[in-house]
Amino acid sequence: MNIHEYQGKQLFRDAGVPVLDGVHCTTVEEALAAYDNLGSKVVAVKSQIHAGGRGKGNLYCPETGELQMEGGVKIAFSREEVETYATNILGHILITKQTGEEGKLVHNLYVESGCDIAHEYYLAMLVDREAKSILIMASTEGGMDIEEVAESNPEAIHKIWIDPNSGLLPFQSRNLGTALGLEGGALKSFTKMLSKLHSVFIANDCAMVEINPLVKTGDDGIIALDAKVGFDSNAEFRHKDWDDMRDMGEEDEAEIRASEAGLSYVKLDGNIGCLVNGAGLAMATMDVIKLKGGDPANFLDVGGGANEEQVTTAFSIILEDPNVKGILVNIFGGIMRCDIIARGVIAAVENLGLEVPLVVRLAGTNVDEGKAILAESTLNIHPADDLASGAQRIVELIGGDQ
Amino acid sequence: MSVWINEDAKVIVQGITGRQGHFHATKMAEYGTDLVGGCTPGKGGQTVDLGVREVPVWDSVEDAIKTTDADASVVYVPPPFAAGAIMEAAEAFDRIKGEGVIICITEGIPTLDMVKAVAYVDDRPGIRLIGPNCPGIITPGDIGGAKIGIMPGHIHAKGRIGIVSKSGTLTYEAVAQTMSINEGQSTCIGIGGDPVNGTGFIDCLAAFQADPQTEAIVMIGEIGGSAEEEAAAWAKENVTKPIIGFVAGATAPPGKRMGHAGAIISGGKGTAAEKFAAFERAGIYVARDPSEIGAVLKTALEEAGLL
Repeated sequence: MNIHEYQGKQLFRDAGVPVLDGVHCTTVEEALAAYDNLGSKVVAVKSQIHAGGRGKGNLYCPETGELQMEGGVKIAFSREEVETYATNILGHILITKQTGEEGKLVHNLYVESGCDIAHEYYLAMLVDREAKSILIMASTEGGMDIEEVAESNPEAIHKIWIDPNSGLLPFQSRNLGTALGLEGGALKSFTKMLSKLHSVFIANDCAMVEINPLVKTGDDGIIALDAKVGFDSNAEFRHKDWDDMRDMGEEDEAEIRASEAGLSYVKLDGNIGCLVNGAGLAMATMDVIKLKGGDPANFLDVGGGANEEQVTTAFSIILEDPNVKGILVNIFGGIMRCDIIARGVIAAVENLGLEVPLVVRLAGTNVDEGKAILAESTLNIHPADDLASGAQRIVELIGGDQ
Repeated sequence: MSVWINEDAKVIVQGITGRQGHFHATKMAEYGTDLVGGCTPGKGGQTVDLGVREVPVWDSVEDAIKTTDADASVVYVPPPFAAGAIMEAAEAFDRIKGEGVIICITEGIPTLDMVKAVAYVDDRPGIRLIGPNCPGIITPGDIGGAKIGIMPGHIHAKGRIGIVSKSGTLTYEAVAQTMSINEGQSTCIGIGGDPVNGTGFIDCLAAFQADPQTEAIVMIGEIGGSAEEEAAAWAKENVTKPIIGFVAGATAPPGKRMGHAGAIISGGKGTAAEKFAAFERAGIYVARDPSEIGAVLKTALEEAGLL
C-alpha cells in the first residue's frame, strides 16, 4: 500500500526526520491560504499522486484531453503563480512515465516552503530480498532515476545492509555519509536523519522509503524534499492508522472488492477472463493463454480454500470487465475439492446468467466427482483435461487471436 | 534417501488446536506422516483427535521435542504470531538436538518479522527453515511417506524426480506432469512466494545434487527478485543432474503484485524473460508451458541416458 508525499512527510515530521513546512490542500482557496500562512516567498506547488516522475509529467484537461500545463511540480514565486499552478493541477489528469497513458486525476496538492539547496542526493531504504535484510541505498545524483544512475554511473550508488540483530549502527551511517562526500555539520545532520528514518521504516512496517531528492542546505542541514513511502500490506493488522491514509482514488475498485472477498485480482488488457487457485498457477494460466494466441483479461487467484460465494464473486468481478469474451477456469484441487468448485461454478453461471463461453479445467482432489457434476449440468460449459488444451479451447471459442 | 525429510520423519504441529492446524494435521496423519503431537501455548495436556489416532498437545515446542524427539515442526500459526513460532522452534531444536527442520505454511507474515526470524534461524546452523507462504515439503514413501504441509498427498508417488518451486498449485501441476510420464518424486519442496524466506533454490539444488535417490530436478520459479538467475548460475557450475525449469508470469505487467507478496517486477527487474534466459545460459531444459514439463523432462532423461 502506497501513501502520498504529504502523508509520508507527516510521518517524517512526527519522527524528527527534517522536512520543510507544508500544507495539504484540495482546493485553490486552500492553496492560497497555505501560501499566506507559510510566509515563504518561494513555494513548491506539488501534485499528489502515488506514481513517480511528477516533475517531468504533464497535466491534461479531463474533458478535452488538451495539454493544461507542463510539469506536475512547480516553483511559485508569487501568490498569482500559486493560483495559476493550483488551478492547472487540481481536477486535471497528470501523466508521468509511471502512470501509464491514462494518467491520474489529481485531487490533492501539497504547498511547501522553499529552501536554499546546496546539493541534491538520492536516498532509499527497502527490504533486500536476496540479502534478507534492510538495504539503504544512496547516491550523489539526486533528482535522477536510480535505475538510470545504476546504468550510467553505478559507482555513484553506495549501499549498506542492516543486520536485524544489531540495527543501524553509527559507523554505517557515518560511512554512508562520507561516501556521499558529506563532512562536518552536514555529516552530523545526515547520520542523525538516517537513524530517525530507520526508526520510521521499522515502526511503520515500510516496504520502501524513497527520498529523491534529499538535500543539503547552505547551512549544512539535511532535508527530505520528497517522500515516497510504501507499506508492507502483510503488516496491516498492526497499523490501525493505515485506513485513514488509504486513498481509494489511487486504487482499483475491483481489486479492492476482490481483496475484501479474500481473492487476489489484477486487471489486464486482454479478453479472456481467468479464475485459478494459487498465484503461481494463475500466472502460468495467463502465460499459456498467451502462448496459444489469446490475451488474458486478468490475474485472479481464488486462494486455497474458496467457497461457492467466493467463486460467484470472482465470476462477477471478471464479468464486469466489458472486454471479457470468454472465461477459463483452471483449478488444481489440493485442499480445495473439485466437486465443490464444480458446484460453485454452476451456481455462479446460473446466478449471473453467463453469456460468454466458459472452459473449465479441473484436476486433483475429487476430480471425477467434479467432472461428473459439470457433465450433468445443462449449462454450456466446455470441460478440458489439462491446462494446454483448456487454453487452446477458450482461444478457439472466442475466435482465436484477434 | 531423500532430501532433509525422510519418509519416516517425526513431525510436530505448531498451532495444532487451530482450525487450519487441526485440519492439515489430520490430513498429514492420514497420508502416513509420523505425526507425534503438537503445541499451542496454554493448551498443554490436552489431546487432539486426528481420526487415525489421538496425539498430545504441549505448551511449548521445547516440551514437545524433549518428549517426542521430533525431527521437524510445521507452523500453522496465524500471521501476527508466526515469526515468533518459527523462532521458538529454532531455539528449541538448536538447544535440544542441534538440528531440525521448520516448515512454515502461514501466508501473510509481515516482511520485517521474517527478516528477524530468518536472521535468528541463520544464527543456528543446524536449523533449516522452509517457507513461509509455501505448501510444505513431501517425501513420498513406498507406503505412505512424510507429507509436511498442505499439498494433496494422493497425487504423489515415490520416485527419482526432485521438485522445487515457489508456488503451491503449480507444484502440484509439476507433480502431475512427472506422473504423466510414469515418474515419481524423491522430495518436493515448496520454498514459498514471499520476498524474504528461509530455504532458497540453491539450497534445494545442492541437496538434490547430493541425494542419490534424485536423478533429475524440476525447478519452478516466478517473477520477482533474482533467485532464479542466481540458482541457474550456481547450477551451471555445481549440478550435474538434468534440471527442467519453468517460470510463471511471462504475461505479468510491471509494478503489479501478482498474488504472492514477492511476485512483482520492479524497476524492470525480475521478469520471466530474464529468468528463462538465465536458465538457457545455464543449460537448463526449459518448459515454456507447464503442460510441457512432462515432455521436456522425458527428453532430459533420455539425453542423460536415464530412460
